[in-house]
Amino acid sequence: MAAASPPIGAHRPPDVEEIHVVWMTTGLGCDGDSVSVTAATLPSIEDVVMGAIPGLPKVHLHNPVLAYEVGDDFMKYWYLAAEGKLDPFVLVMEGSIPNEKIKKEGYWAALGTDSKTGQPITTNEWIDRLAPKALAIVCAGTCATYGGIHAMAGNPTGAMGLADYLGWDWRSKAGLPIVNVPGCPVQPDNMMETLLYLLYQVAGLAPMIPLDDQLRPKWLFGKTVHEGCDRGGYYEQEDFADVYGSPKCIVKLGCWGPVVNCNVSKRGWMDGIGGCPNVGGICIGCTMPGFPDKFMPFMDPPPGSMVSSAVSGVTGGVIQALRQITQRSANKEPSWRHPRGELTTGYTPKHYANV
Amino acid sequence: MATATAPVKETRTHPENIVEMSWDPITRIVGSLGIFTKIDFANKKVVECHSTSSIFRGYSIFMKNKDPRDTHFITRRICGICGDNHATCSIYAQNMAYGIKPPAMAEWIINLGEAAEYMFDHNIFQDNLVGVDFCEKMVRETNPGVWEKATATEAPHAKDHGYRRIADIMTALNPFEGEFYRETLQVSRMTREMFCLMEGRHVHPSTLYPGGVGTVPSVQLFTDYLIRLMKYVEFMKKCVPLHDDLFDFFYEALPGYEQVGQRRVLLGCWGSYQDPDVCDYNYKTMDKWGKAMFVTPGVVVDGQLVTTNLVDINVQLRILLGSSYYEDWEQSETFVTHDPLGNPIDKRHPWNQTTIPQPQKRDFKGKYTWVMSPRWLDKRTGDHLALDTGGGPLARLWTTALAGLVDIGYVKATGSSVKMILPKTSMKPEVELEWKIPKWSNAIERDRARTYFQAYSAAAAMYFVERAMKELHAGRTETFTPFKVPDEAIGCGFHEAVRGVLSHHLVIRGGKVANYHPYPPTPWNANPRDIYGTPGPYEDAVQNTPIFEENGVDNFKGIDIMRAVRSFDPCLPCGVHMYLGNGKVIQQMHTPTGLAGLAKR
Repeated sequence: MAAASPPIGAHRPPDVEEIHVVWMTTGLGCDGDSVSVTAATLPSIEDVVMGAIPGLPKVHLHNPVLAYEVGDDFMKYWYLAAEGKLDPFVLVMEGSIPNEKIKKEGYWAALGTDSKTGQPITTNEWIDRLAPKALAIVCAGTCATYGGIHAMAGNPTGAMGLADYLGWDWRSKAGLPIVNVPGCPVQPDNMMETLLYLLYQVAGLAPMIPLDDQLRPKWLFGKTVHEGCDRGGYYEQEDFADVYGSPKCIVKLGCWGPVVNCNVSKRGWMDGIGGCPNVGGICIGCTMPGFPDKFMPFMDPPPGSMVSSAVSGVTGGVIQALRQITQRSANKEPSWRHPRGELTTGYTPKHYANV
Repeated sequence: MATATAPVKETRTHPENIVEMSWDPITRIVGSLGIFTKIDFANKKVVECHSTSSIFRGYSIFMKNKDPRDTHFITRRICGICGDNHATCSIYAQNMAYGIKPPAMAEWIINLGEAAEYMFDHNIFQDNLVGVDFCEKMVRETNPGVWEKATATEAPHAKDHGYRRIADIMTALNPFEGEFYRETLQVSRMTREMFCLMEGRHVHPSTLYPGGVGTVPSVQLFTDYLIRLMKYVEFMKKCVPLHDDLFDFFYEALPGYEQVGQRRVLLGCWGSYQDPDVCDYNYKTMDKWGKAMFVTPGVVVDGQLVTTNLVDINVQLRILLGSSYYEDWEQSETFVTHDPLGNPIDKRHPWNQTTIPQPQKRDFKGKYTWVMSPRWLDKRTGDHLALDTGGGPLARLWTTALAGLVDIGYVKATGSSVKMILPKTSMKPEVELEWKIPKWSNAIERDRARTYFQAYSAAAAMYFVERAMKELHAGRTETFTPFKVPDEAIGCGFHEAVRGVLSHHLVIRGGKVANYHPYPPTPWNANPRDIYGTPGPYEDAVQNTPIFEENGVDNFKGIDIMRAVRSFDPCLPCGVHMYLGNGKVIQQMHTPTGLAGLAKR
C-alpha cells in the first residue's frame, strides 16, 4: 500500500489510543458554541464520547457545560495539561481573547482561583500555560477565531482572536496550525465534523487538515453563502425582495451572502432546517474576520449590491472581480485587534489605560 | 433602605466547626461560576455567602453611537443559550422607539420561536445538567442511604412514565448512559429544529427584525412545527409525572429538604408572549398590553401580587452599586427625566445608567464582582427588593396563577394555580396538568416549576399555531412593517429570558444609540451585596442551606449547595463566582479529588 494512503481495516488500532479534549469556555464569549455542539447530530457529541465511530481514539471530554465533575475535580485536568501530564490533548478555545495588558490590575476573563494569591487565574494565563503542551488548538466560533462581536469598535477590553494573540504563524508541538471554525455561533455539525477530522488525523487515518489562509477548513468555508443559497435563482432573474418576509433574494435588504465564506445557506442549521438568507435572515458575515464592523449597519444594503444586482445577468466577470475586492476586505480583521499593551479601539477608559 | 431577605433561623445545636471549601468553577451551567463556602459541619449548614463574576465584555459601552437597528444583532450575542430572548426583547424596545407595530403573523411566529426556546432550554438544562445532581451515580456518592431508599420506593406515576421505582428514574438520568438523559438530548434537538423553523438559527437567530420577521409563513412551515410539537406534548405526559415523583421523593426521603435553597418569596416576572390583538408597543398603553401577555408580568412579595402593571415595573427599577468594579454614574449625564406618561425617572434607572468599568483586584471585603445589583423599589415600604426569578418558571407560573388573566383553552390561570390541557397524542390520551402555588420558594420548587413550564409552553404553542394558521388561511401573510429610525426616541422591552426577567432600555439621539442597557436574569439572581448591605438572591438562598449530604468533611461534594445554586438556572456569560465568608475559619480544604469523571467511563 502506498505510504501516502494510510492503511484501513476493521481491526487497525488508532495511532493514538486515548485523547483528551480540554475545552475552555472562558474567553469573552457566551458559551453559545458549546451549546451549539449539543445540537450536532453528524456526529453528535455522544457519538464521539461513547465511541460510536470505528478506528478513532477514545475521547475524554472536559467541557464545563457538560462535565459531571465540579470545582477542583474538574480543574485538575487543566493543571495536569499544563504540567504536560495529560498527553495528548486538544485545546478547544471559545470566546474572544481579552487584552489583559492594557490595565494595571484586575481581570477581564478568568477561570479558577490561584490558591496562593486568592485571585482569579486569567484566561490568557491558561492559554500561555496550555498552548505549548497541546497537540492541536481548535477555535470554536468567531470570537475565538477572529475576535468577533466583543472586539468591535469602541470595545473596552481590547479583545482579539486567538491567532492575533498567539501569532498567525503559531504551530503546535505536533506541527499543526491553529484550526479556526468560525460562525456566531459555530454551525453545530461544522464544529463536530472538524473535531472528527482531527481525530482521524490523530489516529493516522487522514492527512494534514486542509486549511485556507484564514485557517478555516477548506471543505467547509471554500464557497460563499450566495453560491449555496437556494434564493440564487431570484438573484439571477434580478427579482429582489424590498420587504422582509419575501421569499425572494434579500441582497438589497442587507444580505452580504455574495462575499461571505460560509456553508450555512446550503447546509442549513440543523439537519437542513433553518439557516440565514435561505430562510429570510440577511447574512451579516458572522463567519468573517471583518465581523462585525465591516458589515455594519447590518440592515443597510452592502456597498456594490445595487450595482451588482442590477447587472448580474450581463457582466459576470466584472462582478466577480468587484466581489473579490470586497471579500478580501471582509476577510481582514480591523487594526485594533492586537496583543500590544495599548487600547486602540476608540474607547477612552477613565480608570485604566495603556500602562 | 435595606430589606430583610430571609427569616433568620437559629438552628445551631453544636459548637461551630467551620470549614472553608471551594468549588471553582461550578460546571453544568452556562458560564463560569465558582463557589467559596464556609460550612459549619457540626450544625450541618452553610454559614454565609458572597457572589462574584469573572467576565466583563462591555456591551453597553461598545453599543454607544451604533445604528439602533444593529442592537438586536449585537445583544442576541450576550447569551449563548437564550440569545433569541435578547433579540426579541431588543426588537420590542426598538418597536416602541420607532413607533411601529408588526403584523400579527410576525408576532405569532416570534411567539412560536420563543415557545420552542423555552421547550428546548428548560428541557436540556433540567435533565442533562440539573438532572445529573439527582442521578444514580451522584446520589450513590453523596447519599447512599437515599439511594437505598430509592431502590425500595415505587414510583407513584410509574404507569405514566414507565420507571417502576424511584431508583430507576435516577439510573435513567446518569450522564451519557442513562436512557432518559439520552432521550432528553434528542428531544432538545427536535425542539431546536422547531426553533430554527421560526427564527432561522439557534442560539443566535437570523430572521428577527424590528417591525417583524423574515420568516416566510407557509403551510409547510406550520405543519413542520406542529408535528414536532405534538411529539413534545406526548413527551411532556411522561416528563412531568416523572419529575413530580423524583422531587416528591426528596421531600419524603430527607425531611427538611424544603429548606435547601429557600428564601423569602420575592419574585419578579416581566411577562412573555405578546398578544397582537392588544399590543401596539406604545408606552402609554403598556399596562394594557402587558396584562394581555400570555405569561402575565408581575411582582410577588410574600405570596402577594404587588403589581401586574409593566409601567410600575419599569419606573421602579433601580440599579445599585456596592460591591462591583464600577464607578458610580451620579455625575454622568441624565438621559431620561420623565417617561412618556410623565412619571419621573430615577438616576439609578437603566435609562440613565452609564457604565464606567474600574478593573481591580478581587477583594471579598470590598469590591468582588462585575455584576451590579438590580433592585425593584417597593413603593409601599421604600424597600429596594432583591427580587429573584425563581430560575424563570417559578416566577412566571406564580404571577400568572395569581393574576388569573390567561385563558387560552390549552392554558388557564385560576387565581391559585395554572391548568394545562394536553390533548390526545398518538400513544397517550388527553391529560390535564395543574401547577399549584407551592408553600416555598426553594430549590425543589424551582426545579419542579421548570418541568411544568415546559408543558405550559407546549400548550401555549398549540394555541399560537392555531392563530398563525388562521392568519395564513385568511391570506394575511405579511410579516413586516416598514419604519424609519427617529432622530430622538426612547424605548423599553420587557420579556422573559428562559431563566427569568429580561429588560432592554434604549435611548436614541441623532439617530444613533446614546444609551443601551440590557438587564438579563442572572444579574438579578447572582448579584452581590448592594450599598444597603442587602445580599443578592444566590447569596441569600445558599446562606443557611442545611447540609443533608452523608459524606463528612473529608469527601464532601457539596451536593445540597449545588442543587440550591443550579435551581436558579445560572446563565453566566456574565460569569459569577460565589464566596461564602465570615465565621471563624478552623481549617481550609478544597474539594477532594475522587469524583470519577464521565470521560473516564
